[in-house]
Amino acid sequence: MMEWDTVLMSRLITTLTLGFHIIFATIGVGVPLMITIAEFIGIKKKDRNYLLMARRWARGFVITVAIGVVTGTAIGLQLSLVWPNFMQVAGNVIALPLFMEVFAFFFEAIFLGIYLYTWDRFKNQWMHWILSLPVVVGGALSAMFITMVNGFMNTPQGFEIANGQFKAVDPIAAMLNPATASKVFHVVSTAYLTVAAMLAAIAAFSILLRKATDYHKKALKLMMFLVLLFSILSAVAGDVSAKFLAEHQPEKLAAAEWHFETEKGADLILFGWLNDDNEVVGEIRVPQFLSFLAFNDFQAEVIGLEAFPDDELPPLWIHYTFDFMVMIGFFLMSLSILYFIVHFMKRLDVHNKFILSLIVASGPLAFIAIELGWILAEEGRQPWILRGYMTVSEAATTSPYISLMFFLFLGLYIVLGVLCIVTLRKLFKNNPAEVELEKKFPLKREDGE
Amino acid sequence: MSYELIGISVLWFFLYGYLIVASVDFGAGFFAFYAKLSKKDHLINKLISRYLSPVWEVTNVFFVFFFVGVVGFFPDSAFYYGSVLLVPASIAIILLAIRGSFYAFENYGSKENLIYLFLYGSTGLLIPASLSIALTVSEGGFINETANGSVELAYLTLFQSPLSWSIVFLAIVSVLFISAVFLTFYASRANDEGALKLVRSYALFWSTPTIIAGLTTFIFLSQHNTRHFQNMMDLWWMLGLSVFFFMLTMWFLYREKYYGYAFISVMFQFLFAFFAYGIGHYPYILDPYVTIYNSSTNETMGIALIIAFIGGLFLLIPSLVLLLRLFLFDADYVKGKK
Repeated sequence: MMEWDTVLMSRLITTLTLGFHIIFATIGVGVPLMITIAEFIGIKKKDRNYLLMARRWARGFVITVAIGVVTGTAIGLQLSLVWPNFMQVAGNVIALPLFMEVFAFFFEAIFLGIYLYTWDRFKNQWMHWILSLPVVVGGALSAMFITMVNGFMNTPQGFEIANGQFKAVDPIAAMLNPATASKVFHVVSTAYLTVAAMLAAIAAFSILLRKATDYHKKALKLMMFLVLLFSILSAVAGDVSAKFLAEHQPEKLAAAEWHFETEKGADLILFGWLNDDNEVVGEIRVPQFLSFLAFNDFQAEVIGLEAFPDDELPPLWIHYTFDFMVMIGFFLMSLSILYFIVHFMKRLDVHNKFILSLIVASGPLAFIAIELGWILAEEGRQPWILRGYMTVSEAATTSPYISLMFFLFLGLYIVLGVLCIVTLRKLFKNNPAEVELEKKFPLKREDGE
Repeated sequence: MSYELIGISVLWFFLYGYLIVASVDFGAGFFAFYAKLSKKDHLINKLISRYLSPVWEVTNVFFVFFFVGVVGFFPDSAFYYGSVLLVPASIAIILLAIRGSFYAFENYGSKENLIYLFLYGSTGLLIPASLSIALTVSEGGFINETANGSVELAYLTLFQSPLSWSIVFLAIVSVLFISAVFLTFYASRANDEGALKLVRSYALFWSTPTIIAGLTTFIFLSQHNTRHFQNMMDLWWMLGLSVFFFMLTMWFLYREKYYGYAFISVMFQFLFAFFAYGIGHYPYILDPYVTIYNSSTNETMGIALIIAFIGGLFLLIPSLVLLLRLFLFDADYVKGKK
């Protein structure tokens, strides 16, 4: 019982830290790209609106990046503190991507420091813009390397086991495991999508609250374009991921789809719930679509949950996380399409209350989809921490202090979350863009200081 | 040279790097708070935030780099240190989190807030104290093995040990000393007479406790871990050089010029002491459970890590040079003109 308790608390503390970190990590990957794009357009078109956009986003970014860094440090240490047995074993195979992630982070940190504190130091505006590129690249690379580690935990390869020890280790094969490509693609595209939706939501909120200034209209249009682009990419990435699951982790897909029996021409189940006898009730059934989703073939055979031992099955509630994640993804895509249809139809004003409200809602929804997606990915490989090799309960710490630490970290994240919101509000509330535009880039001397 | 030895040398060097850059950071936090209390904050706080704002994230990476590297090269140490240090390391994480995030919050107007400055200053001393527990534990004798085969920290032994307290004390005072000497150098570059006078007095003040704490730690170590002490005695010339550079620093500070050399000399003082300590510890990472040989990762991974490390350095060194040139050695920036 004691053992079980520490395992549960170990899982909770990791869920808490990762769940909190993932918000800021997503922002950390996505925002640099948006800043770069805005500054690029601003310099290219000599449009002060975009230049100010880059500055204001960067200013808010400092706050979120700080929380991203400290929670990232926390999860880095917690890997060894909370899962000492896991790191002792798996460290032999995944140390390389972990190490490279730190390098990518190092690179990003150096250039972010330089970028943020050199706005007006160079005569040539392009010099400053170039400094943003290593930040974008570093952010994407660190997402890539850390996703490789997660991919390895899902589909371990690149080693042999002899007497409980890893032998014949091939670090590159471990990094390029079957899960890597689809996971990295999905993680990076949805990070960009989420941040675009977040910045679009902020612009839409400002227009709803005050009035539609050039600044906010331009920001909204640019971000809605990126929402469209990245939601298409994310959908493609999601499809690639489903095909990967069907081939390499069929139990995860089967649990997410409530697919119990192995069969050809499997139906896709949308929504619904399970009754006491584990039968699906109230669902929308799309005939043979699961086979198509999994193998691009309506007649293909999809492995069901019956093919796996009972104690190796993931929980069935991950079905809901899957449904809502996908639904939010398609909502974002449809919304961006709607925006551009209305935008190009001259008769309607795209900045109407209805569309703006939907866009405002899309920001938080995108983050919810990110969380749901990660819950699906992580719960979907229960009970394994290293699929096929080590279960979660074998990996956790046995320290009884773990419960106490959980509440300490819970307190910490509440404080950080509240302070983040308070500071961001303070930063922007009494400093609207139109005022700052006149202060920073007065119209008479257009090209700035 | 075996890959284990290369690995630990590289990591030790990074830990040394963290010791220097983090000391500057942590000490500056305390001085900012102390200056506010003694109503001298107008003299130095702007100087401090001007240097630290662009580099705090980099400081943090030095630390992450070290512990990810240790776990990578020596996975067994993850088991021992991970199991044992859950509580002290979690506290260190929380303190680091408070400090790191407050950095960003501070940028936007809470500078005048005394509670904020208190947190900023006190975490600057508590973080080195909590991190130094890992060094104490590495000396052995602070770990109990439990019935089910896992290990835990012997809290009572740790709290009653004069060695652990003197290491904590040494960590705190050397942070203040290193930081004060750096700020003296930075103030002199900025031609800021008021700040210079103040931080120079801090540097002079903290030199004495630093050398005393170094001595007491050495004495308590001789009682606690004879092997380590003897190894360090064999490296007497390194300890001698460390003392020499300490005296050189003091001489520069008294002469009231060559502050740049004073800081370099402090760096050498700690370099020699830190490496004498580390080499004396060899081959143990955690006495007596973990040595660099019985805990190391397989050879393929070890070599892959070293290659990644060399590749990474090609990226990092030019970037760090650029950072330093833009913020540390750019006279106009230091003086506040840019």
